[in-house]
Amino acid sequence: MGRTILGSVVAIVLTTAVLGFAYPLVMTGFASVAFAGKAQGSLIHEDGLTIGSRLAAQNFTMPRYFHARPSATSPAYNAAGTTFANLGPTNPDLARNVKAAAQAVLKLEGPYNPGLTIRQVPVDAVVTSASGIDPDISLANAQLQSRRVAAVRHLPLTTVQKLIEQHTDGRWLGLFGEPGVNVLELNLALDKQGGK
Amino acid sequence: MGQGIAQILVFVAVLTAAAYPLGLYMARVFADGDGFLGRGPLRFLGSVERGFYRAVGDRAVKEQTWKQYASTLLIFSFLFVVVLYGIQRLQGHLFLNPQKFPSVASFISFNTAASFVTNTNWQFYAGESTMSFLTQMAGLAVQNFVSAAVGIAVMVALFRGFSRRSSTTLGNFWRDLYRALVYVLVPIAILGAVILIAAGVPQTLHSYAEATTLQGAHQTIARGPVASQVAIKHLGTNGGGFYNSNTATPFEGPGSFGGYFELFLELLIPFAAVFMFGRWIRGMRHALAIFAAMLFLFAVGVGINFVAEQHGSHVLRTSGVNIVHSGSQSGGNMTDKEIRNGIAASAIFTTGTSATSTGAVNAGVDAMTPAGGAVPLTNIFLGEVIFGGVGSGMYGMIFIIVLAVFVAGLMVGRTPEYLGKKIEAREVKLAALGALFPAVLILTLTAAAMVTSAGLASVFNPGAHGFTEALYAYTSQAGNNGSAFAGYGATSFSAYLGGIDMLFGRFVPLIAALALGSSLAAKRIVPASAGTFRSDGPTFTVLLIGLILLTAGLMLFPALTLGPVVEGLMH
Repeated sequence: MGRTILGSVVAIVLTTAVLGFAYPLVMTGFASVAFAGKAQGSLIHEDGLTIGSRLAAQNFTMPRYFHARPSATSPAYNAAGTTFANLGPTNPDLARNVKAAAQAVLKLEGPYNPGLTIRQVPVDAVVTSASGIDPDISLANAQLQSRRVAAVRHLPLTTVQKLIEQHTDGRWLGLFGEPGVNVLELNLALDKQGGK
Repeated sequence: MGQGIAQILVFVAVLTAAAYPLGLYMARVFADGDGFLGRGPLRFLGSVERGFYRAVGDRAVKEQTWKQYASTLLIFSFLFVVVLYGIQRLQGHLFLNPQKFPSVASFISFNTAASFVTNTNWQFYAGESTMSFLTQMAGLAVQNFVSAAVGIAVMVALFRGFSRRSSTTLGNFWRDLYRALVYVLVPIAILGAVILIAAGVPQTLHSYAEATTLQGAHQTIARGPVASQVAIKHLGTNGGGFYNSNTATPFEGPGSFGGYFELFLELLIPFAAVFMFGRWIRGMRHALAIFAAMLFLFAVGVGINFVAEQHGSHVLRTSGVNIVHSGSQSGGNMTDKEIRNGIAASAIFTTGTSATSTGAVNAGVDAMTPAGGAVPLTNIFLGEVIFGGVGSGMYGMIFIIVLAVFVAGLMVGRTPEYLGKKIEAREVKLAALGALFPAVLILTLTAAAMVTSAGLASVFNPGAHGFTEALYAYTSQAGNNGSAFAGYGATSFSAYLGGIDMLFGRFVPLIAALALGSSLAAKRIVPASAGTFRSDGPTFTVLLIGLILLTAGLMLFPALTLGPVVEGLMH
């Protein structure tokens, strides 16, 4: 018994030293040399300023920007406090939230998309993402928003659609997962395009 | 739909191809004697290994009886619970805490310590806003390795019950632990971490990044030593995320690749364990019959979740918004799901994480449709034997096999035997204890949580869904899974009840497995005769599927009726 306790204490110290310190520190060293940008959180810098990460959505509200999916974090799009909304499929709050979000989309996009009905509102635009910082929107969602962005920025629709195409991450190997449009990178590209 | 089915089929094929050689390799790693590394260039590893045995004071690596094996394992594990509790309670005063997080509250620390030592990784805390780097990397991630290695060790000890005859011992805990860590888990974790870093998972000791968004707002971006932790979190079927939203967080599961690669890691060893068993007992055809039963139930789970989620929830279908799958959106129930995963990748991940005892999630389970959410619940309740956790899945499956052989013996009227070992009263009792104990534990604790006001305070969603949250919580913790209907709440009542749930759910079946192994090892091996029930071929597969569904499934059905079934019938 006494020997087993002593042996366990030694084993705990050894595993903690090797697995808890050596392993993560070696990996950190490797990462800082081989993948410096990704290791630090895939941050995007402009003019010496950190403006965000390509892996985290931001709170876009201005009409000249593409908007990210609804977020359940507090405050919205909190990249240091990710969370699901956890509203069950029969929860009345879910029905209320979806309805309100759909009305907001119709109000925002309706003027630029004549004849727009709720049937054309893509589901991802009205329900929360899993992380609260989903960096992507669906192609359908991007296309819906493209007319507003083009009109507000006085850009030809084709220019905006081409940018959408350029900032779409496809399926991995063309097979796995789903394609998505990276909202922050797309908005950044639009800002660089001018037309503010 | 075709696109979704294609990616799932290709994934399972690649996974199986990788798991088979790993299984053969693992059978060599744990073979008796110290000749595993042979005379090759890696011979120096043998000296390192002997150094470890000297350090823990077991110079000669003495063979242990099941009681010695179990007591060493239990002392080691419970001391680690204390250490992990201590690190959390003191993190506010310790180093590697750039965000200056205070020490963790006692009830959360207890639940989390129990959670990680039992390979559960129930996340009672929000990782990126609660735990310091020190706690994450030197506390939690260490247990990701160690608890997985303990599971493998027990599985190997049980395997020895079949390969040994008239033996009183089952091997040595320290040796099995060491070999599981050094020759299996660490090399694959290093490779996995490198690939995750390349895919975009952060790996840094810098404090969280501060950004000024395009609209001029302030955003804090959590980061840390994530990749090294995430690699073993999946490989060891642990599941506790660096971030609260787990693999769904783009930093933890970046791109369409990230989630799939992590799912690959978590299914790798459970898949390989079946082939390892086949090699160990020199009966690969028998292993294939087991594999077929597991794969069948796995496929059913993926199918139900995929179809239910693609069909969408009642709220979404009646809201009028567009949930139809097309070239420009995945459609379906995208609530608490991520674009890059869509429906198909979320379905296979949810099934994989619950069939193995991982419990990582790439989509919110609480927001799934009644049928979709019933899939992970059922997978866990069936005892984590559909591939199951690292080590624990295979020893859980052997409980079921012993029961299946017993039932078959009753039907044909012969003394049942399995792999040359006579199955008698003691073996059947131990197998029944291991197979049925978690179900009894789950139902008892769920009932306790439903009839007390403190328990009811933990429920988040109203109605039948709220009952499912509680049932899921105690199922997940007893099954050492760790996924959650995450609305289920953070009260100190549920923390302590859950902690007890995890400890008993882990260690009672584990001790039953060691006792069963010992009981089998003591027997002679009788040669197969015309009266021996064949343990390969489709008949055995069907029998096994039947037993899996009957043992725990019948106990689950009434509870399932009160939760997902009622909720599904409401519309």
